[in-house]
Order: sequence, then C-alpha cells, then structure tokens
Amino acid sequence: MRKLKHLRHIMSPLDLTVEEMDKLMDLAADMEVNPKKYAHVCDGLKLATLFYEPSTRTRMSFESAMLNMGGSIIGFHSASSSSATKGESVADTIRVAGCFADICAMRHPKEGAPMVAAEVSPIPVINAGDGGHQHPTQTLADLMTIRTLKGRLNNLTVGICGDLKFGRTVHSLISALVRYTGIRFILISPEELRIPSYVKEEVLNPAGTPYEEVIRLEDAIPKLDILYMTRVQKERFFNEDDYVRMKDFYILDEEKMKLGGPEMYVLHPLPRVNEISVNVDKDPRAAYFKQVHYGMYMREALMYTLLELGEDQ
Amino acid sequence: MLNVGAIEEGFVLDHIKAGKAMTIYKDLKLDQLDCTVAIIKNAKSSKMGKKDILKVECPIDQLNMDVVGFIDHNITVNIIKNSRIIAKKKLELPKEIRNVIRCRNPRCITSIEQGLDQVFVLTDPEKEIYRCKYCEEKYHGTHNK
Repeated sequence: MRKLKHLRHIMSPLDLTVEEMDKLMDLAADMEVNPKKYAHVCDGLKLATLFYEPSTRTRMSFESAMLNMGGSIIGFHSASSSSATKGESVADTIRVAGCFADICAMRHPKEGAPMVAAEVSPIPVINAGDGGHQHPTQTLADLMTIRTLKGRLNNLTVGICGDLKFGRTVHSLISALVRYTGIRFILISPEELRIPSYVKEEVLNPAGTPYEEVIRLEDAIPKLDILYMTRVQKERFFNEDDYVRMKDFYILDEEKMKLGGPEMYVLHPLPRVNEISVNVDKDPRAAYFKQVHYGMYMREALMYTLLELGEDQ
Repeated sequence: MLNVGAIEEGFVLDHIKAGKAMTIYKDLKLDQLDCTVAIIKNAKSSKMGKKDILKVECPIDQLNMDVVGFIDHNITVNIIKNSRIIAKKKLELPKEIRNVIRCRNPRCITSIEQGLDQVFVLTDPEKEIYRCKYCEEKYHGTHNK
C-alpha cells in the first residue's frame, strides 16, 4: 500500500474547492495531450473497483484511467460476485480491499455507503455513485466537458432536463456550478420530477443563482449555452406505473436541436434510452461521448492527485 | 400541591414542553438506569401555562445532555449536588447526535449496514435542520420541531 502524507476521500464534488477542481482540469488536459508523461506513474499500484451495482461507463472509465497510468485493477462488478452475498458489511469489505489495493472507487446502490467505507478505510475512497445521492466524478467529467467546449465555466445559461428529482448527477452538477459566477439555470422537468426543495433552499438560493422551472423543452432551448439531458431511471422508482408514465416525457430530436444556438452543446451522463434521438449524434453540438472521454482523464487526474503522485516529482 | 422530595445529586430538567417528559425519559434511556426518577406532568407554569419536569437522581456525568438539547434547547437544566443547585446548564443544539433518531430513507446505507451508528449532523442551526451524515436526508421528526 502506498504511504500517503494525507489520506483523503472524495464523497461529493464539494469536497474539492474551485481551485482544486481547476487544477484537476488543467492536469486532465495535460494527461490528454501528453499520455506518455503519465504512462508509468502508477507502476506497481492497484485500483480496487468495488461496484455493488452494474455500471459500464464509470467502471471502465476508472479502470482505463488507472491502466493509462501503468497501474493494475482488482475488484468486483456486482454485489452478487462479492462477499456482500455472504452478509459482509461495507466497512469490512474496504478493510480487506485496503490490504490489497492503493486506492478504491466504490459504487453502491445505498446512499452513503462510500462514506461508511471512508470512515474506516486505510486507502483513498472515491465515491463512484451512491444511489440517488452523489456522483462526484461524473460532475468532474461534466465540468471538464463544459470548460473545454465553451472555454469557461462562468457566465453560462445551463438547461437541465428530465429527472431532476432522483438524478444524482443533476444535484451534484448544480452544487458544483453555483460556485462559478454568472451561472443561470433553466430546470426542465415534468411536475412530478422537479428538483427537490432542499436543492433550492440549500444550494440555489444561498448562492443567489437565478433559476426558472419550465415544463416544455422547446421553450428553453433557444436560451441555452448548455443543455444537460438526463434519463428517467427505472431503478429510482418504487412504482413501475410512475416510471412508465415519465420515461418518454422528453425526447430531444433534430427538430428541437434547430431551436438551439450554434454552440449549444448537449451533455448527457449516459446511458441514454429514448431521451436523445440517435439522429442527434451526428450534430457537432452533441457532446455526450466527448463527456465520456474527458471523464476518463478527470478520473485519472483525481487518482493521480489522491495518490500524491505529483509530489514525487 | 404535589410534593416530590429533594435530590442529593442529579438533574432537574425544568420547562419541558407539556407532554414531552416521557420522550425525554426514553431518549435519555432513563429506563435503563438504576436511579430515582420523578416525572411531573402538566405542572403549572407562569411562563408556559403547563410544563413537564423531570427529576433524576444520578451522578451528573452519567447523562448525555446533547439529547435534551436536540429535543428542546429551551429546557432548563439544573445540576444538583449536595441537594443544592450548583449550576444551570444552557443547552445548545448539538452539532451531531448519535443513535437518538433513525434515518427513514430506505435507500440509506444505515438501513442495511450492520453495527453502523445512526448519526445526524446539524446542517442549518438557524432553521434547526439535521441531516443524516450518510445520505443527507433531512430529519422530519417531531422531537423538537
């Protein structure tokens, strides 16, 4: 296990200051341009991916990021292939993983599980998504994509569309963006999936960030610099009927894209189902696959930083 | 007038909102202590109209006053030693409370993780809002609200 001066965990995007985020983005940009410079910085180090629920992008992204730096991967990809089936606690699992690995990315369907791990972990724990709660590395990917495409993270009108109630990426993104100046949100959702009141009371209002809530996507699109689409997630609903009623509420297609400006980029945390027509993919403003690309470099930069690798140089 | 004898060492919790004494009795786990406890309900109060009072005879370091502060920080705590009031403790909202209330979010890790304490953190002292340390769910209970 790598000895660290400061053991640090990342549970929420707000665990990082704006300055630290900016540094991470600079580092990620350098990693993208100069991959050889970082190709062996993790030689001999291991990442444990402890994924208690299925994930394709996030897990592959973490694993690729570690492989890019010359490290190795251990872990499991679902609760059924872990000792959780035998009743092992999250705390014990991380104690065990900490004996093998140097850093851990944890996804868990229960909210707060990575924090339980962080409380006892001997190695840095990165929250890779905990239920409907937080997903900090997705936020890092989102910010990096916006900054790269728009050249700034301030003075932006950001439309967020879809499931704003259960969407963890949405809450994390809003919390991170309100720290920049000149941000304005247009929150687009059906009544039932509106942003929770605590996000308004504790994040938007104290920051003085202007926002409006609308139902029609068409009304919002002409005003936007960024359109952040989300999927209505089946796994967040207790009731199948509610899910069926909500899932096709918004579909972004070529017609709606015509209403947007030439630099209104479309982001989506993926996987998408029906909410973005595949015909939109060829539009140069479709940035959701670029988001995946930048996400990997942000995870690489984050692990590099938590492992204090830059401090060796 | 009902008379309850003086105590040698312990606490008198005064100005408890009428009807709340039993809640405090349970949350302070007084049922688990082998000590004398007097619960006075609906006593006359010039300030409150009616109030509850709890008298507890026990060593003064034995009770967690954070719990009382969480339930109602307007309660007056008189600390008694040698049958005399030696201090009046001013209660504050505790920054953190442990194993007093439970997180009701079914998606929270506290619902399945064995041996995990139920921890709530004071996130907004002005509005007296407590949130689960793990899932950040707001506490919607009726203890002090």
